[in-house]
Amino acid sequence: MITLSDVRVGTVLPSLQVPIGRANLVRYAGASGDFNPIHWNQRFATSVGLPDVIAHGMFTMAQVGRLLTSWVGDPGAVLEYGVRFTRPVVVPDPDGATLIVTGKVDSISEHGLVAVELTATVDGQTVLARAKAVVRVPAS
Amino acid sequence: MPLNESFIGRVYPPTPVYEVGREKIREFADAIADDSPVYRDPAAAAELGYPDVIAPPTFAIVLTLDASRQVTGDPELGIDYSRVVHGEQRFVHERPIRAGDRLRVVVSVESIRKAGGNDLIGTSGEVRTEDGELVLTAHSLLVVRGPGSSE
Repeated sequence: MITLSDVRVGTVLPSLQVPIGRANLVRYAGASGDFNPIHWNQRFATSVGLPDVIAHGMFTMAQVGRLLTSWVGDPGAVLEYGVRFTRPVVVPDPDGATLIVTGKVDSISEHGLVAVELTATVDGQTVLARAKAVVRVPAS
Repeated sequence: MPLNESFIGRVYPPTPVYEVGREKIREFADAIADDSPVYRDPAAAAELGYPDVIAPPTFAIVLTLDASRQVTGDPELGIDYSRVVHGEQRFVHERPIRAGDRLRVVVSVESIRKAGGNDLIGTSGEVRTEDGELVLTAHSLLVVRGPGSSE
């Protein structure tokens, strides 16, 4: 578990490399209840103009969340967390996609609230914008 | 046809109670490949001061996505759901969701506007225990792609 003494403005969070395959999306569909066929059916996805099956935006958001929670230690310390979905994560079969997630401390309030800026990219292209979180980091 | 702006401020009835189960939290944590014991082991959660296992920060989507179908499926609003994509999502937590919570969601329409040929609908979902304690608020921006829009 980190404490405030571990955190400075500009502190870089350990980054995450996430392989995403179709099985991940099927599993996430079941767990989340989002069964939109664009996330598992190539025929359907291409029929609505997508290049292929795409990942749930919320799956990507959850992976970025994992970066935060594994850094801070207490998942309940994530008070605010928001993203904008800018580009779909295309998940071809069988190769899948690799999501790279990074984060950096943007500011620290006197009450120990730490604002983190996050990024998520696939093949060097940003898939989320305005990805930000506020986490509560204990003083000791 | 642009969406009817008079829907801004509309509040939908509370959803039926959703009881959060330990196994559902575990299933969700498995699906996002997060192996933290705090999602699985009540003793690990207790070490952090929680009365039971807690859920990952995006777990609330399980409840709020379903609840937001009241808006996207509202025949008066007339959205073509096959054209809806998720534009933005934000969660503001008062505390983490935990196993044993009995939750309801109250969805309201925060904004309706047009941008680049698409309709944008902002919704908020207040997630409360059945006793009325606010647990979190989920803000979603849904994009209804206009005809001719390729993404």
